[in-house]
Amino acid sequence: MSTQDKVIAIIAEQAVLDPSDVTLDSTLEDLGIDSLGLVESIFAIEEEFDISIPFNANEPEQSDFDISNVAAIIAGIDKLIAAKG
Amino acid sequence: MKRVVITGAGTINALGHSVDATLESMREGRCGIGELAFRDVERLSIKIGGQVRDFEAEPRFNRQQMALYDRFTQFTLIAAEEAIRQSGLEFTGELAARSGVVLGTAGGGVSTWDDNYRSVYEDGKNRVHPFVVPKLMNNAAASHVSMEYNLKGPSFTVSTACASSNHAMAQAFQMVRSGMSPVMVAGGSESMLCFGGVKAWEGLRVMSKDACRPFSANRNGMVQGEGAGIFVFEEYEHAKARGAEILCEIAGYAMSSDASDIVMPSKQGAARAISGALRDAQINPQEVGYINAHGTGTAANDKTECSAVADVFGTHADKLLISSTKSMHGHLIGGTGAVELLACIMALKDGIIAPTIGYEEPDPECALDVVPNEAREAKVDVALSNAFAFGGLNAVLALRRI
Repeated sequence: MSTQDKVIAIIAEQAVLDPSDVTLDSTLEDLGIDSLGLVESIFAIEEEFDISIPFNANEPEQSDFDISNVAAIIAGIDKLIAAKG
Repeated sequence: MKRVVITGAGTINALGHSVDATLESMREGRCGIGELAFRDVERLSIKIGGQVRDFEAEPRFNRQQMALYDRFTQFTLIAAEEAIRQSGLEFTGELAARSGVVLGTAGGGVSTWDDNYRSVYEDGKNRVHPFVVPKLMNNAAASHVSMEYNLKGPSFTVSTACASSNHAMAQAFQMVRSGMSPVMVAGGSESMLCFGGVKAWEGLRVMSKDACRPFSANRNGMVQGEGAGIFVFEEYEHAKARGAEILCEIAGYAMSSDASDIVMPSKQGAARAISGALRDAQINPQEVGYINAHGTGTAANDKTECSAVADVFGTHADKLLISSTKSMHGHLIGGTGAVELLACIMALKDGIIAPTIGYEEPDPECALDVVPNEAREAKVDVALSNAFAFGGLNAVLALRRI
């Protein structure tokens, strides 16, 4: 499974949707994922890829991790995986 | 119904090892938050907290006591000693039989759990100390206070996360007001500043890595603290008859439940607790001069709390003073309402309002007078203390100058 497929699977599970319903331009809001769901998704992604995502729920927009849509999340994860080496 | 007054106060927390030291720090706007120091701290991403410093339990407690007292119990006993000494009460006969202790804690003996899990899981040991259970249980602190001071009436522990102390004090107040007990020892304690205790909070991603800045637009989360606050609640005529010094009156309280979300606060739930406390105490909103805010420094709490205060007080919300002392001592979780009650007593008794320190940028969603950065003098007749817990459980106390 590619990074993209894995991330979509995690987000779909959190949103209680079929992975085919999660598109790259879906926002978390579109998918019905609230702040608690977001924190849980980030945890699941960190566990899956063994990375640390800089994210503070108090200032989501200031965190150095773009969560504006699924594509942005995947791009951020790719960057963190690459940085890990 | 009986009137209820406070005739003793005690504390130990990041701002001081006594009430005098704590109030002096609050007056000066000192920050008790700093680098955490304990085993494995380097594995945490959150490395700051309001730790109790320069505290050695060993000379205060003997070897047998150390085997039974978790840090949260040690803090409780130190604060209880100060409070009961100040009250001048000795519990014997009928007074002892009817007096008890109700305390709040969210986690109880967290470091005892942590140390012993480490021992069996990480170190692979297969045996733990025989007193692990009596040391970690949430009621250990209340039980040791009852034993130390011969309190033989109703005693128990309340656990409602960040509102534990306020729920405990509300319950103790109700017991004295109803005539059930002439005196109740009340308050709370918490000691979660160990690897497991901070790691658990880290998971929620609501903690600040640098400072607790309640109501400030650039606030970025809460900071944990530790310690205890203990008070002697006494029936007014009982206190007057023996010529006791009265710190203030507890006029009323209210509790409410949001019945909505396990972590997100609710304006309606908070507002119902605040207005309920005013009603219970028969206080006009215009009489309230100071509110000790829950003020955690999270994005969600502070704006919800300010909005609830604005709803309850209307135009008077702009006249009253509201501050969060968590900016100085951190969030003591189950013990927080007890330590924060000291700021209310200082406002009523000394006319000094503890500041919200670390305040840097106004937030239009928190547009109240939050007493930024410096303590202020003000004559206050009525003060409120707010506590809004995870789980949506709220408890607000109303205090009056006497």
